[in-house]
Amino acid sequence: MRFLRVCAVIAVLFAAAPISMAAMQPQPPKEFVPADTIPQDEQIPAINLVAAAYGFVWFAVLGYVFSIARRLKTVETELAALESRKR
Amino acid sequence: MRKLTIPFLAVSAVMLVAAPWIINAAPYESTMGLVQKVFYFHFPSAILFLLASMICGINSVRVLFFRNLRADGWALAAAELGLLFGAITLVTGPLWARKAWGVWWVWDPRLTSSLMLWMIFGAYLLLRKYGGPGSERLGAGMALFGMLNVPFIYYSVNVWRTLHPMTSVVPTLPTDMGRPLWFCFTAFTLLFLALLNLRAGLEHQRVRVEALYLAEDEA
Repeated sequence: MRFLRVCAVIAVLFAAAPISMAAMQPQPPKEFVPADTIPQDEQIPAINLVAAAYGFVWFAVLGYVFSIARRLKTVETELAALESRKR
Repeated sequence: MRKLTIPFLAVSAVMLVAAPWIINAAPYESTMGLVQKVFYFHFPSAILFLLASMICGINSVRVLFFRNLRADGWALAAAELGLLFGAITLVTGPLWARKAWGVWWVWDPRLTSSLMLWMIFGAYLLLRKYGGPGSERLGAGMALFGMLNVPFIYYSVNVWRTLHPMTSVVPTLPTDMGRPLWFCFTAFTLLFLALLNLRAGLEHQRVRVEALYLAEDEA
């Protein structure tokens, strides 16, 4: 009987723990905070994001063009060598 | 088409060099300000990402059902360009979103399905590189799934209202913003066509090299 009572107390404590922990948590904001109230030092300057976006476009396109040019050169050299061997 | 590759590349290069000045002259958007200018590269690359998927899918149908092996070169070229323009879309989008929405990414239907399509292209290219003989037919099947994803991606923003703007934004743009957008779109499209042609030509030459090696082995 005593064992059952101890088990019941432990079960109640386990059940109460998440409820009491949830009650201690700070409440999340009910709505989005408007962007103009964010302190200046916490904002990311738009120019950095725009520059990063344009930089990435140029980097990706030029990288791909160079990759195609390199592969094209390799295949053309190989093709020329094979065709000369064939003759 | 082959003759147009170099003129297309040259014209698109000149247009892309001029683009920042033209974009700079466009008016600022009232709520987003400067960061909205990412749109002028984000939108064309997103449309070409979807177009690449369509080209890859249509050529995969030709490979699967009509045994057209030349179409395979076009499908592979379109898949590589899909990966390239998809990467541009998926990088420029979050850079814009960070300022406009306050977050880099949201798991909304448009963004998630775009990422899925980009991953399908990645898987397709890995399969084609390491899959060995027969990978072109397996890849073609995969590309069909990619193509079926396109209408879902396009219309998802109209069906589920999320943070991403709807498809009605572009047709209703004021002329001052529309002009630089269509200028960039033309530049990107010319670049896309030139690269597609170059890459498909490379693949057709590679197939010729393989055929020559095989003929040499048999002789």
